[in-house]
Amino acid sequence: MSAAGSRLRDALRERRFAVTAELSPPRGADPDAVRRAARVLHDWVDAANVTDNQGAMVRLASWAGAVLALGEDVEPVMQLQCRDRNRMALQSDLLGAAALGITNVLLLTGDHQKFGDHPDARGVFDLDSVQLLWTARTMRDSGKLLSLKALKPPPDWLIGGVENPFAPPLAFRAERLGKKIAAGAEFVQTQYVFDVARFTEWMGAARELGLTQRCGILAGVGPIRSLRALDRMKQIPGIVIAPGIEARLRGVAEDRVLPESIAICAEIITELRAVPDLAGVHVMAFGAEHLVPEIVERAGLGRRAHAQVNEHVG
Amino acid sequence: METAVHARGAVERVEDRPVPTTPGISLPFALALQRLVRPNRVWYALAVWLEATPWAYRAFTFGEKLVKGKLFGCRMCAQCALPATAYACPMSCPKQLRNGPCGGVAVNGDCEVYPGLRCVWVVAYERAASAGRTADLRRLQRPIDQRAWGRSSWVNYWQHRDEGLWTAGSSFAPAPPIEPR
Repeated sequence: MSAAGSRLRDALRERRFAVTAELSPPRGADPDAVRRAARVLHDWVDAANVTDNQGAMVRLASWAGAVLALGEDVEPVMQLQCRDRNRMALQSDLLGAAALGITNVLLLTGDHQKFGDHPDARGVFDLDSVQLLWTARTMRDSGKLLSLKALKPPPDWLIGGVENPFAPPLAFRAERLGKKIAAGAEFVQTQYVFDVARFTEWMGAARELGLTQRCGILAGVGPIRSLRALDRMKQIPGIVIAPGIEARLRGVAEDRVLPESIAICAEIITELRAVPDLAGVHVMAFGAEHLVPEIVERAGLGRRAHAQVNEHVG
Repeated sequence: METAVHARGAVERVEDRPVPTTPGISLPFALALQRLVRPNRVWYALAVWLEATPWAYRAFTFGEKLVKGKLFGCRMCAQCALPATAYACPMSCPKQLRNGPCGGVAVNGDCEVYPGLRCVWVVAYERAASAGRTADLRRLQRPIDQRAWGRSSWVNYWQHRDEGLWTAGSSFAPAPPIEPR
């Protein structure tokens, strides 16, 4: 039923603590930028998310980035969002992904175009993320398009989504996860976790609804690389930075902010490993993939199993 | 180049531009009104007559738009989700999300695109919670038919065309395959 030969799928099924990371495609047509980032991540992640015009900024297409990552033996998670495509383009891109050997897709609504580099663009939003997850599962498991036309053969990928446990209405956030699972999500990655207590509360609510056994939940983490990055992240809708973390970053000398943020990120991962039923972490270093190995290593997670059978070094 | 937001913070309602709208009437009052327009033989007959009588359909649709636009920020998608969203219109969400809030809702509950206006899903959840109806929000909403914009949702509703808009259960069990309505 699910994708053949997927490291991420295997890690989730075997309940190994999974690690994924974000791989941001460049603004430009340089394939080596993607390859370099992929090589850095290779040993340390089960799969790498190739983002899709993230933050509503135009970048190299996620399917192309995913194919470049595959060339470096990095398993891609191809992100696909509803802002830039109607239901026809979404379905054809999903089929294309399957044909290119992309074994994981992550389906989301997408940031509003207002926040990106083309605020004058029309946002499509023909489907929402729940409807897109539902469509993908129907394509795979029932072999049908939204038009009911048959797919021969049907595509095959692991289907993922996203959730933000920190945005209002807080009491609805576990239920929203439930809707995504009912629609077809087999794994979800969350918004940055800076408040482990609130995250644990959300996980508890999800567990009470019987959701944590049906879906691999990966907690989003990442370093805040500078005080400028801190100010920028505070502006991004949906990211909540705990006051304690901000105080720690502002309490060190300017040149110590980066190492401090790496230390904080590794500490958060260590804390998260104690959260019952958590399937793994998703490291978002936005354009600084070179930081991922150190973060993963300091959190005590080490290289992934596939690293040993390959000549790549991190 | 934001032209719709005036200095005093009021938002101009531009057709085809979804602006988050807090309903002008309470949920109990909306539910009472709902009982009046519940499908029956009389409404069914009216709907059939309206569809057969272009001038009457136009007049009726104009009136519906006026009333629902004022109360709910209705944009006439013609596939009314209001009964399942505590009467907060999801088509007034800038992303037109019919299945719940996006991840960008501000800590104070405001819409990320229109700070100062409440997220329609925050409003929907609060209204549903106060009436013990949050299970409504768990239903999966199917994709809408984009051909129907500008048509009358009441005429569709009275002729039972809205029945496939959302799933029946609210248990998070795997949903049946998605199908066109």
